[in-house]
Amino acid sequence: MSEKFTVDKIVIASIILLLLGLPLLGFSQYVMRIVILMGIYTILALGLNILVGYTGLVSLGHAGFFAIGAYGTAYFMIQHSVGFIVALTIGTLLSGFMGFVLGLPTIRLSGTYLSIVTLGFAMIVQVVIMNWDSVTNGTLGMSQIPKPNILGYDLNLANHGIYYLMLFLLGLVTLGCYTIIHSKIGRTLRAIKSDELATTMMGIHIDRYKILAFVLSASITGLAGGFYATLSSYIDHNSFGFDLSILILCMVILGGMGTIRGMYLGAALLIIFPEIARPLMSWRFVVYGFVLIIMMHFRPQGVLGWRSRRKYPIPGEVKKSYRMVEVEE
Amino acid sequence: MNLLRAENISLSFGGLTAVNDFNFYINEGQVVSIIGPNGAGKTTLFNILTGIYKVNQGKIYMNEEPIDGLHARKIVSKGIARTFQNIRLFSDMRVIENVLVGAHINTDYSFFDGLFRTKRFYEVENKKKQEGAKLLESLGLEGRLSDYADNLSYGEQRKLEIARAMATGAKLLLLDEPAAGMNHQESEDLRVFISNLKNLGYTILLIEHDMRVVMNVSDYIYVMDYGKKIAEGRPHEIQSNEAVAMAYLGDSEVHL
Amino acid sequence: MMLQQLLNGMALGMAYALIAVGYTLVFGILRLVNFSHGAVYAFGAHMVVFFIGMNFGLLPAVVFGILLSGLLGVLIDKIALNPLRKKKSPNISALITTIGVSYIIQNLLVLGFGSGRKSFPKLIETRSIMIGDAQITNIQLLMLVVSVVLFLSLTVLVKYTKIGLAMRAVEQHETNAALMGIPTSFIISFTFFLGGLTAAIASVLIGSHYEIVYPTMGMMIGLKAFSAAVLGGIGVFYGSIVGGLLIGLTEALAATWFGAEYRDSVAFIVLILVLILRPMGLFGKKGLNKV
Repeated sequence: MSEKFTVDKIVIASIILLLLGLPLLGFSQYVMRIVILMGIYTILALGLNILVGYTGLVSLGHAGFFAIGAYGTAYFMIQHSVGFIVALTIGTLLSGFMGFVLGLPTIRLSGTYLSIVTLGFAMIVQVVIMNWDSVTNGTLGMSQIPKPNILGYDLNLANHGIYYLMLFLLGLVTLGCYTIIHSKIGRTLRAIKSDELATTMMGIHIDRYKILAFVLSASITGLAGGFYATLSSYIDHNSFGFDLSILILCMVILGGMGTIRGMYLGAALLIIFPEIARPLMSWRFVVYGFVLIIMMHFRPQGVLGWRSRRKYPIPGEVKKSYRMVEVEE
Repeated sequence: MNLLRAENISLSFGGLTAVNDFNFYINEGQVVSIIGPNGAGKTTLFNILTGIYKVNQGKIYMNEEPIDGLHARKIVSKGIARTFQNIRLFSDMRVIENVLVGAHINTDYSFFDGLFRTKRFYEVENKKKQEGAKLLESLGLEGRLSDYADNLSYGEQRKLEIARAMATGAKLLLLDEPAAGMNHQESEDLRVFISNLKNLGYTILLIEHDMRVVMNVSDYIYVMDYGKKIAEGRPHEIQSNEAVAMAYLGDSEVHL
Repeated sequence: MMLQQLLNGMALGMAYALIAVGYTLVFGILRLVNFSHGAVYAFGAHMVVFFIGMNFGLLPAVVFGILLSGLLGVLIDKIALNPLRKKKSPNISALITTIGVSYIIQNLLVLGFGSGRKSFPKLIETRSIMIGDAQITNIQLLMLVVSVVLFLSLTVLVKYTKIGLAMRAVEQHETNAALMGIPTSFIISFTFFLGGLTAAIASVLIGSHYEIVYPTMGMMIGLKAFSAAVLGGIGVFYGSIVGGLLIGLTEALAATWFGAEYRDSVAFIVLILVLILRPMGLFGKKGLNKV
């Protein structure tokens, strides 16, 4: 079809190749760890994007879901010696269930009021973590969380197993987001963001879709949390504060709300920035603040937040135009 | 048999009676207009019929089935869809996507079909996209299919809103002032467009101030003032009705 | 025991209310959650410490610190937010901007004062006053009295003065207010000034109660005060007083009944329950859809 389309394919293919071959470039474990963190934050951004970018519900409490995924996974791995995959699944489901519970108030609440409920939820999660000693080990945190072990193979930084596991999960979540967004589900979510009443007048049960958005978003975030727990092998309540919720939100908005590509860039920028700006000490957060303000002023839709100008493909027509191109050539 | 019938419906907000003991009906295939001065309760009546407001009294039947008290989204599945006085498109979505959201309730595949891209997903989705494209073509919007809704001209946005309502599969379309803000040529096109809809088998309930449109397309007209029906009849009957002239007293803009 | 907790809760609650009113004033006019408010609160306390360190004398230092915080509020609006309004940016851009502002202020405080906890100079010699078998410090009493006086004057300002009338007009409809000849941008600046002022007063009161200040001191208390504002119905003036008191009291009671460690979460649990029962907050108005 159009030239742009093939350019896109080439760009995506080379990024995938680069990601697959990255361990061959011989980066230090420190660098690889940061790359893996970037992957985790991309997953987090993709998760929050479903709510903020597509459905228009602003969550200020995604650190809560991240924590539930992380603690759920770690608890089952440590206390019940469950394998990584099962524990991660449990952590994801737990987080998804909490997403369902937190999604219920969306039936009655909107805007700022909903945001404050999500914020309160994350605060409550943090307090529960600090006090539910028998499960979370209180303020001491959970340590010695085993590295993922799949089919008898230990995945760690040294053998790059954990890097490829990250790539796999990231690919899975990206594909999942893509297929959901490009289906009637995604269309409905975007319609809800645009105009709730008009969406209802299309005969759509918007409450169900808002709750679904919460469940999906929370599950993805919980998945990232479970993976994060095994990567860092130690978690405590400090890892899941309000700052984290805000950081994910900034990634989504900086990269470009309602786009998938934007989540990759947003996460990469905000993870790399503090690393390369380390010599700036505390000034780096001042710079960070200025970057946010300047971005919001000059490019509020985010760096990659443009609307696609490509022709919308209508099946049947596509074949026709193919044939025409062939004839012309 | 009446397609839609309202019997003695009333609605008041606090002390204000917005709709007062109103009766009307539409037969299948008709174009029926509701006219009246601003604030007469016409849009409130639309909001009642589409389930946004609940009546205090009275009954509403669609195909002899009571629909008053139903949730707005359920009323759509009974075959009633509407447009809004101040256009409410999904402005950040493409023209075809607006139509596809309209077709949502007839787009029959599950969440997992979408997630895992099953055969059913492609079949249904492709069919709906083709139908949507065809619908847009029938309204002369085929060239705008890939555009974003907020880039359309005013007249095109009005048409798209109607297309979106048609996509729900509704047989009865409630159009709230479709000619508002249109120039002479555009409202002339709209008149032809509404006649075409009628020929396609749609039943239309119209609120409109543009009397050129109303008098030319309507089979039957109800006149509302202060929430009450003050007259009803065929266009020529309404044109010679004194009560109607009184309601529009001094309004030289209106040429009945 | 009960009376004691009620007294503690009320003193703290009034301080929450003082911070909450800053959120509510700005939200009322701009429909914006001003996340930089907590940082302005921390700024106020640090400025007072700074001026006392410069030997300004107690009262001038406090007054300067408070006025400067008010000016900071105005500055935030003029530099960061006003340009966004002119461009008619989406609300979420303004929200993120206030987050950026709060990063800048907080970390400038870290750079200037260090990230650690510093002791807040005693404004008055602490003494305890017995009420029945409960005791209240004179600083807590001061918190109560200052808050009440401040709220009364704010009420008079908003209800009975020309500038208050203008504020309410801008809150109703900014464009129409401008068409009626109200200098809307001045009114918005004035609102930010009031917000900074009240936040700084609260930080001086709370600072002297706990006797410590640190750059991130506005974080948690800011979130709680924001919750108090939402609980009362954000945008409603007296709602923040009720919300603040309610959160202060439940916290104090929760600390006695369930233990101090649950204190921070109880406020949010109450908040969520209230919002589910009354989605617009206790006294909230309908039709607030933007974040």
